Amino acid sequence: MSRWRIARLVAGKDLRIERRSRVLTNQVLPFAGVTMVMFAFALDASSVLERVAPGLIWLATLFSLLVLVQRSFAVESHDGALDALRVAGVDPVAIFWGKSIALAVQLAVLEVVLLIAAVLLYGADVPVGGIVLLATTLLTATSGLACVGTLYGGLTAGFTGRETLLPLLVLPVVAPVLIGATRAVESALGTDGVPLSEGWPWIGLLTVFAVAFGVGGALAFGPLIEEAT
Amino acid sequence: MTTPTIPADNPTSTRRLGTGTAATRVLGIATLVTMGWLVAFGLGFSPADRDQEDAVRILYVHVPTVWLAYLAFVVTAACSAIYLFGKKHSLGFDRFAGASAEIGVAFMALTLVTGMLWGRLTWGVYWQWDARLTTTALLFVSYIGYLAVRGLGGSHEQRAKRSAVIGLLAVIEIPLVHFSVRMWRSLHQEASVLDSDGDVDMDGLMLFSLFVGVIAFTLLYVWLLLHRSRVIAMEDLLDDQGLDRALDARRAEAGS
Repeated sequence: MSRWRIARLVAGKDLRIERRSRVLTNQVLPFAGVTMVMFAFALDASSVLERVAPGLIWLATLFSLLVLVQRSFAVESHDGALDALRVAGVDPVAIFWGKSIALAVQLAVLEVVLLIAAVLLYGADVPVGGIVLLATTLLTATSGLACVGTLYGGLTAGFTGRETLLPLLVLPVVAPVLIGATRAVESALGTDGVPLSEGWPWIGLLTVFAVAFGVGGALAFGPLIEEAT
Repeated sequence: MTTPTIPADNPTSTRRLGTGTAATRVLGIATLVTMGWLVAFGLGFSPADRDQEDAVRILYVHVPTVWLAYLAFVVTAACSAIYLFGKKHSLGFDRFAGASAEIGVAFMALTLVTGMLWGRLTWGVYWQWDARLTTTALLFVSYIGYLAVRGLGGSHEQRAKRSAVIGLLAVIEIPLVHFSVRMWRSLHQEASVLDSDGDVDMDGLMLFSLFVGVIAFTLLYVWLLLHRSRVIAMEDLLDDQGLDRALDARRAEAGS
């Protein structure tokens, strides 16, 4: 079996589990929505909200990422599924890519919903000219976040006293994505008069990040999920 | 590097169980002497700066600690790489990597605190969101994460492999964080009286004091590294022997 075929099978499995259990739609999306509402309580004035809307979208995404990653690996540690895959000799690089793809799909859905929430709740405006930049940002940032999440999720999965480590490990690592994606969305939406052209350099940063962790993560995933039984 | 053994007949004996050797004793004395010089020159002989006045003396500690923190993290990364990619996968390198990271985190905490004190005196603010400070803060948190991963348990080899991978990933993260933060802060070129570099035009006695500070802290780092890695070796040994002892005790109870 080729790596790519295995990755597709793993991704399909994860997405099928999601479709049947509906954790994303019933739990994570409402959580993200509540977070957006909480931001409004904390930040009070509506003029502020419109200016910081891009940042809030990505903050809510990051918090939801933590929940999604833990869910993604909870299904694996149940019945020792990940260990079984590993012991069966399945290529860990393929497992990594498969789980990253499934996580990326879920994240993308989440981000679109959050963008709509920002338009509705914060009065953000989506100009037609910014849609390409917006879509590209979504693609590159999501890939990077999914790779980082899968990598550190694999490390912290399973044992008690480990899952709490995930936020501490993930958040400093995804800081570049938060910075880059927020700036790119700001220029796509034209918040604060930021021109469209300023967004594209950030896409470069996000792409480098996604590639670095797509490759580095794939190599590091195998050693990190190994446990002596 | 000598790994002391615990005498089986008298487990609580402290004879020959310290982590000191002739080399570390010499190193320790040299450290104390140079620290003494640093205090003398830093607080006494060197002049106050024209603009910053006595606040500049904080830099004699602040600059060496940041230099050492970065050195410590480089050592961690190097030892992680040697452990992972070397043929023998010698655990000694893992112990050096862990000890160095601990010391690096401690020095970086010192850097941040002294920096905040200095900033309060010269800039009037404890913190600035400029590229250098932000990157340092993120690096600090990343290595706290590394130390947390070291504490996840399991066999020594598992700990070593996991930490080595995380340590090397941290090395990839650093340039990404650095460039993103720099791009971010370059958007906010506010006209500011504050020179965020804080570089002081140093010469003469001030430069010499800084030099003494760097030497003193480097010696301190090496001394701490040797002792800490030996203590880790002893902890691992205790771990390994602990199980054997427990088994022996249970067998003795059961009656052979």
